[in-house]
Amino acid sequence: MIVDGAWGFAGSARLDNEEVQQVVDRAIRIARASARVRSAPVDLGPPVTSRGHYRTPLERDPFAVPLAEKVDLLLRADAAMGSVKGVTIREGSMEFIRQAKLFASTEGAFIEQELFESGAGIEATATSPDEVQNRSYPNSFGRHQGSGGYEYITGLELDRHAGRIAEESVALLTAPQCPSGVKTLILDASQTALQIHESCGHPTELDRVFGMEAAYAGTSFMTPEKLNHLQYGSPKVTITADALTPTGLGTFGWDDEGVPAQRTFLIKNGLFVGYLTSRETASVLGQQSNGTMRADGWNRIPLIRMTNVNLEPGDSSLKQMIAETKDGVYMETNRSWSIDDKRLNFQFGTQLAYEIIDGKRGRMLKNATYAGITPEFWNSCDAVAGRTEWQVWGLANCGKGQPPQVAHVAHGAAPARFQHVKVGILK
Amino acid sequence: MKSIEVARLTDESELKGFMTRLLERSPAQETEVMVTEDDSALTRFANNGIHQNVAERDATVRVRVVKDGKTGVASINQMSEAAAADVLKRAVAIADLQPRGEVVRMPAQATAGPVDAWSDATAGATPEERADFVETVCARAGRAGLKAFGAFSTSAGQFAIANSLGVLHHQRSTQATVNSVVMGDAGSGYADRGAIDVRELDKDQLAEEVIDKAQRNQNAQPVEPGVYEVVLEEYAVAEMLEFMSFMGFGALAVQEERSFMRLGEKITGDQVNIWDDGLDRTGIPSAFDFEGVPKQRVDLITGGVASGLVYDMQTATRAGRQSTGHGLPAPNTEGPFAVNLFMKPGSAAKADLASDIKRGIWVTRFWYVRVVHPKASIITGMTREGTFLIENGKITRPVKDLRFTQSILEALNGTLALTASTKLQVSEYLGASRVPAVRLKAFDFTS
Repeated sequence: MIVDGAWGFAGSARLDNEEVQQVVDRAIRIARASARVRSAPVDLGPPVTSRGHYRTPLERDPFAVPLAEKVDLLLRADAAMGSVKGVTIREGSMEFIRQAKLFASTEGAFIEQELFESGAGIEATATSPDEVQNRSYPNSFGRHQGSGGYEYITGLELDRHAGRIAEESVALLTAPQCPSGVKTLILDASQTALQIHESCGHPTELDRVFGMEAAYAGTSFMTPEKLNHLQYGSPKVTITADALTPTGLGTFGWDDEGVPAQRTFLIKNGLFVGYLTSRETASVLGQQSNGTMRADGWNRIPLIRMTNVNLEPGDSSLKQMIAETKDGVYMETNRSWSIDDKRLNFQFGTQLAYEIIDGKRGRMLKNATYAGITPEFWNSCDAVAGRTEWQVWGLANCGKGQPPQVAHVAHGAAPARFQHVKVGILK
Repeated sequence: MKSIEVARLTDESELKGFMTRLLERSPAQETEVMVTEDDSALTRFANNGIHQNVAERDATVRVRVVKDGKTGVASINQMSEAAAADVLKRAVAIADLQPRGEVVRMPAQATAGPVDAWSDATAGATPEERADFVETVCARAGRAGLKAFGAFSTSAGQFAIANSLGVLHHQRSTQATVNSVVMGDAGSGYADRGAIDVRELDKDQLAEEVIDKAQRNQNAQPVEPGVYEVVLEEYAVAEMLEFMSFMGFGALAVQEERSFMRLGEKITGDQVNIWDDGLDRTGIPSAFDFEGVPKQRVDLITGGVASGLVYDMQTATRAGRQSTGHGLPAPNTEGPFAVNLFMKPGSAAKADLASDIKRGIWVTRFWYVRVVHPKASIITGMTREGTFLIENGKITRPVKDLRFTQSILEALNGTLALTASTKLQVSEYLGASRVPAVRLKAFDFTS
């Protein structure tokens, strides 16, 4: 709530009338305390009076699927990984979420949403005296997740890929180290998705730009004077925030301020053209919110969060990119990720890599890493694969805020190629 | 359920009765009930004003059952008898679907603690008190022509665990933490504090440190990446220890051959002594772990030699020994964790750490640290809010933040000095470390 021009928030897991009154009283008292040390009165812009109901489209309710069926699929994948000699750790998991969300405001908004998520993943690890190598499918971070029903899980075919990733984890133990140098870099779609997340999604959050995350997650190099001026990437790079993308974890009916889901451009043909905004931050720029405020639960305030921040498909293909590359490295599936507090200086590592020599995929490489500076990196992008290789990747571990919040977001991405990239940081 | 007045937590005897009744209702051979309850608040500030200010009251009831050699777990955030009965039923249903496999044994009854981790002042902290603290930091920053950002939180909670083998432990705890970034037009500084008792957080001392750091860290210029002698402040040292714990101090990491720990071997410099002690009041103490096993002190690195590991019930059973009281909620794939870390101080004054360095880097803190190679203890990350060049024994100028890619063991192998003073560093995730600042011979800044 807003009292005397300042925010107050309280929540409780207890669901009785006495507790409701306690929570309201506490929020009022907190808001009054905020007002004693506020910069300027909160301005939310025009009122939001959305009303309606939204339910995630799905074919098969994951909560109606017998637990035995889910366990059976995981055990079949586990058995396939276990059949590969040399695998020392095998993991598999599924996660299903059904969230009933009701939003009402004194401005007149009243929204009911029923949101479903389904996710699963498997991982094989092999070890030697000097190495730990792991391979996961379909993605790292424990699982691949999307908005939808159990059809999302069956489409992953975990059991079919289990043997392959297990064999790759063992092969990586004796693979040569990724060489150091400046080379052409080709990323698979999942690593491209994480690159978008860290180097475009976060720096375009307008609350970061205004310092609201400065003491924790940091700020952003994409400051307002650069809007419509910064050549963020090459003309091949167009990035949208699209809360309407099917199966995306950032797909919903309305955000947690009641603003309708929408599609907006962040980067258009390489030019920085837009932010992810809230009502309060958009007002500062004389804009209206583009609907990105989400809380990770009943006990947290909404923050600006990525919806589905997508790199729009290009006109190339992975096959073509490799064929056109003389001296490069192909990297697949994230293993480590780090980026500075302004989202400029990054270093990523992947689970799997292959050398590319004279247009052909060569030896498998281990411990692959690459590093760069955000605008230099995206300006070196000279190819993005097309729609047939474009996929929505769910990220269910996006951290932000104090107290911490974990958002479920997504990125549409396809394999992409970058020139003159520093690879092989580990000697 | 009735509540105590200040932090609004359920009365201890009532909580224990609730757990005991749930155990009695279970049809499983072994049952464990874990309850956490928290009443917390956080005041967040930016641009010299409060912009977010929140409070919450939450609880979790988690039930683990072992039935016919199979395990099931379920949890809920309601503490009514009906909700608890439902969660027990779900745990049993899940166990029935499991294949038979390795079962994590539940511990038998053993005396734990007591530890003193409670402060009435913290439990009773008000929004007005938090606002006063923030106002002081913001006002002092404003008078210096700077802007303050940060968060001040106070929390009170209780954690209880009981099982059908007779374990019944309960602990209340409080925590107060504050962090602040202060920015000028061309640079920023950082400081944080943490304590059980909110009265130990000195707002003027915090403001002085962060404003001084911000003022000294304006107009930083780049310095060539490379290997430098370094001084790491306590913020950075604590993060390094936390990553050592994450990568290798747990017995599961060793049993699965993914740890850097080689027991009995020299792995760091002689001056390095690291241990875990959940009962030490100078840390953030806890009497027992998430399996209900009393905490034991474990020496992890002694005189540079890998001397011990922390165990939970699963890894202890596999190794044919006793748990050291470092278990996370079982079963899990993470294994035991050392979360009450201490590093032995040396004799140096912090101001003297740079005095013999011809050319080096002073690091206030790390940011976005991630594991690159666990077995070689290699991490990467950035420096942040206070990176300075040391020339001929003196800090001469601020430098742009640097990325490092560095083996922790190799860095600690070159330990040249540690401060006599230590700082309590409360973890963002779990537990805390008490560490000195250190001077290291070589640290690899890669960009």
